[in-house]
Amino acid sequence: MEKPEYTIGVTALNAIDNPGPGIPVIRALREAKSFNVRIIGLSYESLEPGIYMHELVDKTYQIPYPSAGTDLLLERLEYIQDQEKMDVIIPNFDAELFSFIKLQPKLKAMGIHVFLPTPEQFEERLKVNLTEFGEKYDIPVPESEAIFSMDKIADIANDYDWPVLVKGKYYDASVVYNIEQARIAFNKISSKWGLPIIIQKFVHGTEYNITGLGDGKGNTIAAVPMRKQYITDIGKAWGGIAVSDDHLLELTRDFIAKTKWQGGFELELMKNKKGEFILLEINPRIPAWIYLAVGVGQNIPEALVNLALGKRVEPFKKYSVGKMFIRYSWDMMVELSEFEKISTTGEL
Amino acid sequence: MKIKNNIAVSDSGFVFNPATGESFSANPIGMEIMELLKKGTPTQEISNTILEKYETDAPTIDKDLHDFIQILKQYTLIEEHGKA
Amino acid sequence: MEKQRYERPMIKKLESNMPNKFGMRTEYRPMTHIDNVAVKDLIDEYGSPLFVISEKTIRNNIRSARKAFETRYPKVQFAWSYKTNYLDAVCRTFHQEGSWAEVVSGFEYDKALHNGVDGSKIIFNGPDKTEEDLNKAIKNNSLIHIDHLDELYAISEIAPGLNKKAQVAIRVNMDTGIYPMWDRFGFNYENGQAWDALNKIMRTDAMELVGLHTHIGTFMLSPNAYAVAAGKLADLAIGIKDKYGHEIKYIDMGGGFASKNKLKGTYLPGTDINPSVNDFAEAITGALINSNFKPDNLPLLILETGRALIDDAANLLGTVISNKRLSDGRRSTILDVGVNILFTSFWYDHKITPAQPFTQYAEDTVLYGPLCMNIDVIRENISLPLLNKGDHVVIQHVGAYNMTQWMQFITLRPRIVMIDPENNVHVIRERETLDRLLEFEKVPDHLKTFDL
Ligand SMILES: Cc1ncc(COP(=O)(O)O)c(C=O)c1O
Repeated sequence: MEKPEYTIGVTALNAIDNPGPGIPVIRALREAKSFNVRIIGLSYESLEPGIYMHELVDKTYQIPYPSAGTDLLLERLEYIQDQEKMDVIIPNFDAELFSFIKLQPKLKAMGIHVFLPTPEQFEERLKVNLTEFGEKYDIPVPESEAIFSMDKIADIANDYDWPVLVKGKYYDASVVYNIEQARIAFNKISSKWGLPIIIQKFVHGTEYNITGLGDGKGNTIAAVPMRKQYITDIGKAWGGIAVSDDHLLELTRDFIAKTKWQGGFELELMKNKKGEFILLEINPRIPAWIYLAVGVGQNIPEALVNLALGKRVEPFKKYSVGKMFIRYSWDMMVELSEFEKISTTGEL
Repeated sequence: MKIKNNIAVSDSGFVFNPATGESFSANPIGMEIMELLKKGTPTQEISNTILEKYETDAPTIDKDLHDFIQILKQYTLIEEHGKA
Repeated sequence: MEKQRYERPMIKKLESNMPNKFGMRTEYRPMTHIDNVAVKDLIDEYGSPLFVISEKTIRNNIRSARKAFETRYPKVQFAWSYKTNYLDAVCRTFHQEGSWAEVVSGFEYDKALHNGVDGSKIIFNGPDKTEEDLNKAIKNNSLIHIDHLDELYAISEIAPGLNKKAQVAIRVNMDTGIYPMWDRFGFNYENGQAWDALNKIMRTDAMELVGLHTHIGTFMLSPNAYAVAAGKLADLAIGIKDKYGHEIKYIDMGGGFASKNKLKGTYLPGTDINPSVNDFAEAITGALINSNFKPDNLPLLILETGRALIDDAANLLGTVISNKRLSDGRRSTILDVGVNILFTSFWYDHKITPAQPFTQYAEDTVLYGPLCMNIDVIRENISLPLLNKGDHVVIQHVGAYNMTQWMQFITLRPRIVMIDPENNVHVIRERETLDRLLEFEKVPDHLKTFDL
């Protein structure tokens, strides 16, 4: 049977030292067994490496920052859709998810499918709501609180042991060891991401991450746990290894069943000294290390595209353990004329 | 006063300075003025050219041109001759 | 040959993290007309700066807000919050749409009477009600929302002398899970003050307890906080019914719904993330319907919504006075609109749109007002197309609080016009003149003359 060809828009082409998931997602799509792809890159900045990786990305368009509002984003996507007839968009940045979730019905009317969490799921898993989330679904989470004013920083010393995590509403986190550092982090993060700021107990232990895919009906389509082997200065995985831990998988299936999660996600967990897993964060999108899942037998982006298009997808049952990923960087040669083109016309 | 010879201004308004590796973007009037400066056109003549072509007045163009040249200097895109 | 439109020459360094013009292009579509009237014509005829209010938008807003509540709850009444915008033309538009008046001072109370609102349809809030105010309000059967015990005692002294029962409610403040908690107005729920005040009212003949009121804050982004508040007021009402067999007539949830403006420091625009009136309606009516009120005996639900009904109905037109380069190389633009008439620029990033066509080229700019005062900054940093001296801009969503909190300072306050649904323009407030202002002043005889 001939494979269909889909045109798929992908964001987060920033394959840099703090990489976005776009490039690994595209690699996964290019290796899909059930379809061929034409990839439309959607970029925010003209130095995102993916723009220039022509063997992976067929054409790139710049899109407006989420802060410019959904009206503008929609208008830009309408223009792109006129040229490209995209079947699916996979947004991969936290900060843009809200806009794509909000635009979902309008995108559908344009023929563009997405497979994203519902607005309620998106809201519920916000860092600010983590405590309630843990209570509601009976999942252990670290003690945390949202604060709206610098005055509250002074209370940290009484309520928590140092160090403490200071987190932004969407992005950014700092580990701080005293009040002074907490104040600095509060200012820095709130000036960028607004209020509230989240103060979270620092959990000691070993970090595990799980990426998975829920079908929106409570079924687990895919789940692959990973332990980071080495972490860079800015806290990103340098290498990681797929692990087999029934407890972790059970916990993931439980999370999907209870929340009826729709779409890709990443759970960040800490295994404490007592061997308990504490849920630190839920990222409502595919993580940057997704290629490991593909490499061990679960092509999550492929399955996600099929779900987005309303196809039946069989759950992945297994994956091979004993494989790891190691990240490396690569200096690509780029003609200045290409940079000129994306900078002045917004397309390449 | 002249735009440095090796500065490339493309039709898209993309300006590249090979000496520093910096790139810039200019609007159409900015490009036009840079082209004139490149030819060594005196500023008074540039003012007159712009004034003839566009809906504006002499004080405005004088002020804007002066400011524009300041910025070109700041970006080190201009070389100055015969400076006392 | 016809001359081309002039745009000042511009060159800027390309930086990787710079949103380029393609990402941003459409943000800067000009706003040349308001309700089909050209901005340029408005300024030519009425001057700059100029506040422009759309009657059509006001009516649409109040109608859709009523619909949001009335489709979910049997008895709903809006009361226009005068302090948000007490221009007579604005108030009367709301009154024509069925809104009562909500006032917080003797001055606003008199303005509501002057507008022809029946005393029994005026809600009197606020901590400062003079004896004279209370006298009037009791006589007119107005709904007095008591803020503190001193007011409660004052009413119990005044009412008997008038042979009237004062129609009262108390304002209740409470923890609804939001920060900051407004606990300076009214009586606290959690510590029992509110219950205590209600008992005092029930035990005197001077007053009739007709309602319960709260106003949990302004520019609220959490519908759930309203659900919590409605639940707590319902508990108080049920408590009074159980203890005294007395039924209150209404629950007044105050105002505070966020408008579509963008608060400073937030990342996504308000038009995207701020909850809609529907969201608030769902939370409030849901909480009341799920409370212990009998389904056939639900109290009237009063809303004092202010900014969410008026913010987007007004634009402020302004004109570029000059473009200037600052010492550090930044661009700045001076407008004829100052913070003295645009108070809300202290907490909102108002959307500011040029009123004439322009190209996609934009520069980061500091926007200053015309006042010779350092604080007169409309925006610390905004990416704007290349405006020329004399160009016009439209500052959007300025309907709430600006036309009441503005002040006469350095400049005279400008005209306000209203565009009616047939697109006719009416001046609804004249521009201030020196003569008008001098009417307030008196110069002692010995200061009348001088030699220089
Ligand atoms: C008692 C009361 N009601 C209503 C309002 C109107 O509030 P908003 O404009 O936030 O809707 C206010 C304003 O602060 C108020 O104090």
